[in-house]
Parts: sequence; C-alpha cells; structure tokens
Amino acid sequence: MPTNLSARLCTFVLSLFLIAFALPAFAGPFEDAVAKFANDDFSDTDEAIGVVASSGNKLALPIISALQDGRLMADPDSKKVYVTGADGKSIDAATGEPVASVPDSASAVRLNNRLRRSVDAAIGSLTLQSPDVGTRLQAAQSVFKSHEETALEAVDGALAKETNKSIKAALGDARAAILLFKSDATEVEKLEAVATLKARGDQEALGLLTGMGDQPASVTKAAASAIGSIQSSLAVWSTVQNAWYGLSLGSVLLLAAIGLAITFGVMGVINMAHGEMVMIGAYTTFVVQEVIRTRFPGLFDYSLLIAVPLAFVVAGAIGVLIERSIIRFLYGRPLETLLATWGLSLVLQQAVRTMFGPTNREVGNPSWMSGAFELGQITITYNRLWILVFTLAVFAILLAMLRYTALGLEMRAVTQNRRMAASMGIATSRVDALTFGLGSGIAGIAGVALSQIDNVSPNLGQSYIIDSFMVVVFGGVGNLWGTLVGAFTLGIANKFLEPVAGAVLGKIAILVLIILFIQKRPRGLFALKGRAVEA
Amino acid sequence: MLSKSTHDIAASFSRRGVLAATAGLMLGLASISGAKAADDTIKVGVLHSLSGTMAISETTLKDTILFLIDEQNKKGGVLGKKLEAVVVDPASNWPLFAEKARELITKDKVSVVFGCWTSVSRKSVLPVFKELNNILFYPVQYEGEESERNVFYTGAAPNQQAIPAVDYLMKDEKVKRWVLAGTDYVYPRTTNKILEAYLKSKGVAQEDIMINYTPFGHSDWQTIVADIKKFGSAGKKTAVVSTINGDANVPFYKELGNQGIKAKDIPVVAFSVGEEELAGIDTKPLLGHLAAWNYFESIKSPENEKFIKAWQTYTKNPKRVTNDPMEAHVIGFDMWVKAVEKVKSTDPDKVIDALPGIEAKNLTGGTSKMLPNHHITKPVFIGEIKANGQFDVVWKTPGLVAGDAWSKELDGSKDLVGDWVGKKCGNFNTKTNKCLGSGS
Repeated sequence: MPTNLSARLCTFVLSLFLIAFALPAFAGPFEDAVAKFANDDFSDTDEAIGVVASSGNKLALPIISALQDGRLMADPDSKKVYVTGADGKSIDAATGEPVASVPDSASAVRLNNRLRRSVDAAIGSLTLQSPDVGTRLQAAQSVFKSHEETALEAVDGALAKETNKSIKAALGDARAAILLFKSDATEVEKLEAVATLKARGDQEALGLLTGMGDQPASVTKAAASAIGSIQSSLAVWSTVQNAWYGLSLGSVLLLAAIGLAITFGVMGVINMAHGEMVMIGAYTTFVVQEVIRTRFPGLFDYSLLIAVPLAFVVAGAIGVLIERSIIRFLYGRPLETLLATWGLSLVLQQAVRTMFGPTNREVGNPSWMSGAFELGQITITYNRLWILVFTLAVFAILLAMLRYTALGLEMRAVTQNRRMAASMGIATSRVDALTFGLGSGIAGIAGVALSQIDNVSPNLGQSYIIDSFMVVVFGGVGNLWGTLVGAFTLGIANKFLEPVAGAVLGKIAILVLIILFIQKRPRGLFALKGRAVEA
Repeated sequence: MLSKSTHDIAASFSRRGVLAATAGLMLGLASISGAKAADDTIKVGVLHSLSGTMAISETTLKDTILFLIDEQNKKGGVLGKKLEAVVVDPASNWPLFAEKARELITKDKVSVVFGCWTSVSRKSVLPVFKELNNILFYPVQYEGEESERNVFYTGAAPNQQAIPAVDYLMKDEKVKRWVLAGTDYVYPRTTNKILEAYLKSKGVAQEDIMINYTPFGHSDWQTIVADIKKFGSAGKKTAVVSTINGDANVPFYKELGNQGIKAKDIPVVAFSVGEEELAGIDTKPLLGHLAAWNYFESIKSPENEKFIKAWQTYTKNPKRVTNDPMEAHVIGFDMWVKAVEKVKSTDPDKVIDALPGIEAKNLTGGTSKMLPNHHITKPVFIGEIKANGQFDVVWKTPGLVAGDAWSKELDGSKDLVGDWVGKKCGNFNTKTNKCLGSGS
C-alpha cells in the first residue's frame, strides 16, 4: 500500500508539526475533508462526502458506507473521525490505522435527507465495478437517480467491462440520464439518451424527460413525443392499477363482512358488536406477537399463522358466550338485539381499552408481508396480495363447510326452517350458538389480517361495521356469493371513483349509489327466492 | 358525573388515609378537616377525553395536568392553598365538551380549565367560557384565525409550525412541488389554505400543488400513495406536507414504506405526528421523514431532562414518552400560576388581564412569553424520525417565533390583529381601525 504508507509517513511528520505548533490539520485535501465530518454541520458533511468520494483513496468506500450505516464516529473535541466495523474493531478514518477504542465523546455523524442522497450517489459511483452482481445493479440504479455529471467516467468504465445483461441496461439508462442533463453533450448523444429513456418507459424516465430544462429544438421535439408515448402507456397501466386496488379493497371489505354474512345474513341477527370481534382478533395477534418477541424471536415470521387459529378460537368462544348469555333471549326482536349488541360493543371496547391502554398497539409485519414487487408499471404490495389470497381461501373453506359438513347442513336447515329442523331432531339452540360462534370466529380471523394494514386500537372494529353491513345488504342478505360479488363490486367502484372524486366524495358517492340501488332492489344483488326468506 | 364523583371520593379517602396515618386522628375529626381543606383549595378543571377516538392523545394531557398539580402542591400550592384537580370525561363527543365545561365552571367552581384537543371541541366550549367568564388553556397546534378573551393558546399557530416547515423544505431540500395531504376537517383545511396562499406568494405554480383530503380513520391509502408517487415524478423535487390526523397516519406511513417511497426521495413533513403517535408504529420504514414541532423529547436541555425524569417517576413508567402538547400545558400551567401569584387572586378577570406579558421557561432552554393576542412565543424545530421512535433535530428557527392569531397569508385575515391589552379586542382591523367584535 504505497499511498497508504506515504500518507502514514506524511501524517506522522505532520503530527510532529501539529504537536509543535498546535495548528489545525492541513494534511491534504482528503484528511482535511475527513476532519470536516467532526464539525456536526450538514453543509460541511456534504462537502466532505464529495471530496472523499472523488479522492480515489482506498478508505473512501469504507468511510462512506460507514456514514450511511451510522458507523462513522466523530469526536468534536479532537476532530478525529473513526470508522467502526460490524465486528467492533475501529480504524482512524483519516489514516486507516487501527485504533484500540473510540473515545466516549465521539458520536455518530448525523445525516439528513439531502446528505443521504449524496451518500447514495457517492456509493453508487464507488461500487459500479464491485464484484457482487446485486451491488453493481444497485449502484447503477442510484447513479441513474442522482445522474451527476461527475459519475459519467465511472459509468463508461463500468459499461466497458460489464457482461451482465440487466446491469448493462441499467448502466445504459444511467448514462442516458447523465447525458440528458450534461450541458456540453452533443445533440446526437442527447437524442440517443431520449430514445433510451423512451424505451425504459416508466415514471422515473417520464420525470427525467419532463424536468430536463432547455435543450436544442430537435431534442425537445423528440422528448415531447417520448413523453406522449410514455404517458399513454402509463394511462393504460393506471387503469390496471385501479382495478388491482379495487380488488384489494374488495378483499378487505369481504374479509370484514364474511363473518357478518353468517350472523346477520344467515341467522338474521343485527350484530353491532361484529366489529369488536374483528378487534379481538387483532388484539389476539398482538398478544401472540408479544409472546413470540419475548420468548421465541425466531418464530416471528410465523406469528400470523399461529395467530389465525387462536383468533378464531378466542373470538368464536366469545361469540358463543354472547349468543348463550344475551342474543338467544332476543331472537325475533331486531330492535332489542340492535341495542343490546350496540351496548355490548361499547363494553368490549372499553374492556380492551382498560386492559391494553387507549393507545395503538404495534403489530409488526413479518418479512413476507412487507415490501412490494413491480408488475409492468404497477406496484403490488405483498401485504395486500396475501390478504386477497387469504380472503379467498377463507371464503372457499367457509363455503365448503356449509355445503359439505354435517354442521353446515344443520345450520342451513335451522336457518331455513327452524321448526321443521327441530322436528327432525336437530338441537336448534346448539346450532344457533355454533353458527354465531362461527361468524364471530371468522370475524376474529379477519382481525388477524386487518392488523397488518390498520391500527390495532380499541376503535378498530368501529371503522369496519358500517362497511360490513353495506356489503352484506348490497350483496343480498343470506347469500354468501352475493357478499363476495358485493364486496368486489364496491371495492372496484370505490377505487375508480377515488382518483376522480377524491376519497371523501368517493365514499359518499358509493353510499348514495347503494341507497338508490336498494330502492330498486330491496333484497340486494342476489335475493334468495322462495319460502326460505321469510322463515 | 360519575368519574367526577368517584374522583372526589378517592381524593377524600386518600386525604383521610394520610391524616389518619400520620396524626392518628379520629375519623370524625379527619372528615371535618377534610371538609375544611376542600374550602381551602383552588380547583383546576381538566377537560380532556378519556374515552372514544381522542382518548389516544388526550389521556396523556390529563395525566400531565395531574402531574403538574402534584408538583405545585409539593412546593406549597398557590397563594398558600393546595390545588385540586377536577377531572371530567367529555368522551370525544363535541357537544358533551360544552356540557362538561359548564358543569366544571358552575357546579365545581373551578378557577381555570386546561383542556380540548380538536378545534371542533374548542369551538364547542367557547360560548360557555364567554358566558360564564372563565379561563381555558388550549395546548394543541391549531389553524389560527381566532383570538378570544377567555382562551389562551399555548400550542402553535400556523406561523409557528406550518410556515417554518415549508420554509425549511424550500430552502434546505430545494422542494419545488408540493402535496398538501390532510384529514377532512377544519384544521387541515384552514392550514392548507394558508399554505397554498403562502406557496403561491413564493412563486409556486398552481400545477405544482396537489391538495388531497381523506376521511377520519382512512385506512386504504393505495390510490393516494400511488398518486403522490406519480405527482413526484415530474422531474421536480417533491415533498408531502401532512396534516393527516390521528389513527390514519399509521396505514399511511405503512403504505409509503411498502410502495418504496423513501424520505430521501419524497420526504413527508407531518404536523400531527409526535412521540406519542410513533409509539404504536414500527418506525423502520419512516426513517428520515420529518415532523415540525415546538418541542421534541430528544432535545437536550437541563429543564427537559429534569422534566422527563420527574414525569417518568410520577407515571412509574421509565418508557413513558413526552410530546409537544404536554410542553404546551407545562408552559400554560406555569404562566397561570405566575399570573395568579401576581394579582394574588384567582378571579378570572384579574388573571386574564395579568397573563399577557407573563414569561415562563419552556423545556427547550428558552423563555416563552404570553402575548397580547393570547398566543405565546415559541421556538420551531424540524425533526427527523429515528429508528427508536424519537426525533433528531435537523433545523430550528434562530430565535423564538411570536404566534399570529390571524394569518397574514389569507385575504380575510391579513389586516386583523388580536390585542387584549391595548385595544381589548380579538379581531382588530388595522386598516379600518375598527374592532369587528364577537360577531365574526
């Protein structure tokens, strides 16, 4: 390491001077820049990043990655800066010398958003030729984002050596982005750049093309046509995106309503405490995660799988309890049921508030529920995708249960004609309790899923109760398929209205449409025909 | 009713308990001295929701006032009398706020009330305080456009929070395109109106401003976050100014994180997200997003360290966080005590006249002052969210900012000032030299 050696020698000599004159460091641009990290001033830090990144010094990458991870420690008293490694060992950032320990007065160099962008750009141009494929791709992407002229040389160098096809494309994009903003690039280069970005065709390319400022006439013209073609393809994608968002919202509505479709739709009980069953499911998830966090941290990714059966059992048991202690005395008296269950919902809310506190509880997302992937030009988030899959699975299982099991048969028999069922030897009151428990248990399962996208607070259920009734009434009381179609129709209609009318007006419009629809078809989309209805 | 009477019973029980234990007095004697003590106390009303949607934020403020009263009583109370808290629960129900306020003033004869969170609850109790002539300390940042004789506003006015935050983004982050996202009610709507006028006065074009409102408790943010992403890809640096309130923030930030919008690409600066709200969120995806407040728990000052320690000891919870509206109550309470001691009376008229000009230490190392318009001077801080749910201050105003009751940015209010010292008027028009009076 000749540079390092000479730097060391240099520092050694200089430090003699320093001791002699106690002057501030004037060791060279690199050392000066490193010392600036200790000033705790954002513009000094920014300057230092620029100098260090372009210094060509071997320490540049370790220093800047340490800065990114909060491992760059600076001592404001001595103006010394240290890089601490993941293994706990530290080096002096200016010299690369290992040090025994970082002084207590040192603290991590702070960043703000502007600096984080500079850090990303610096790391990008420093790692363009990294041996790791993933790092190289990331580097190319961050150079594309920052598109600073200074990175052009590094991009060209990397492009010449690159063999991986997708990284080559990313580097090409980055090069085009730089050239587009480079004031002394030739017209031919700029036209090529516009063509490259047009081929890329996403929102970021659109952003670069619209924001490129003054350009030669031919380039402006080419850019305008590129913008036009990107915009029209994005418009198509935005329709697809709205449809996806609609499906996703529909799945949430369906999940919340499915339990109610049983208690209200099949049994005819106006259950205002339905939302609280959802909330209890969400709190069950919270408790499961707490236990896992403290006892078995390795199981965190499975927390939801463990919570699903537990939430079903807890909410289902509470449901059976409610049915046995309150609702069974109120069959056939809808008004009293409504008031009693409404009161019950307040009791449950306050009970949870007393037990868990009024503030939100944190329910974490397992790794497989976080993040998103790109499908064409739309972003699909994993949590929404899994909820859609989960909802459809719950729906299918429920349908199969009602269709093929003995309990399902008994449930249908009791709800269709109670007396006849009783005459056939079915214990109707036991079936009532189980049906109500099943509806509540499914609401509890819904709570597990909703804890992933909403707040876990005592008020969680309240926000879903109106929507759930809306879905069940719209879809047709007593018909599970109606609930399915109703939920997805409302979800998709809502999401196509929202970009036009805004979230508030969109919701109002949906309500008005439902009211008008109910005027026309009082029994919803799929009315049950025949004697069963009035049973 | 219920919570009040149980509180009284609990208070007299503990009083008896203490007396009996220390002096060994007989029960009868103890209850006589207890009754006598009740006459010798100064009653302080606490009007914060302890149930319903706002309980999440307001419960802490109730605890804060109880804590402050406890501390003051340890120092010997005020004017030689002990302070006694009267706690009521308006249950996040706006009309109930007015009822409970009336009950506090007429039945419990409180000398001052600390309370309210949402603007609509404040508007609901206003007529009661005017009619019965009492004092309300309101501790939350709000939309301005108000200056009432009976109300003292210790939270931030728009020029003490929203405007400095926008200035920071404009100068430091070079933001050129703005999304103003809020919950659909009076505070976000007025604040966004002020911000829109301010941005336009700074040369921002109409097409570079996107305004979006969502209902309370909105949970499906997919479309809006996608819109923000789209709006942000027009080649200009974009930021979101969020007046989204309460619960809806959690799914909003989750969706931002999931769709991969990082703070370094599109920063979000929030006016209603503090330490308390972050306590229920996984903060990893929020790293670097911003909040503008007049106080952060992480600010290092001897006053703040002392306060946090005393607060955590009082609540017996070493993890209990502090936040901006709490500091507002600390300042307001201190100012009220000082004013009462200055005029040696708790008579509302005398205290109202004495309050302007009173100074109190804030927790960030400065001294706040009550202004003639019943607002106070405060420093403004911009903080970045850190992984531990605390904020790292990245910018602050050079000095204290005086709160404007009437916004200079809006046509309807730019000539108005509130001045309860010289003009005895909350909405004095400096152009026409007339007081508009209580009609508007």
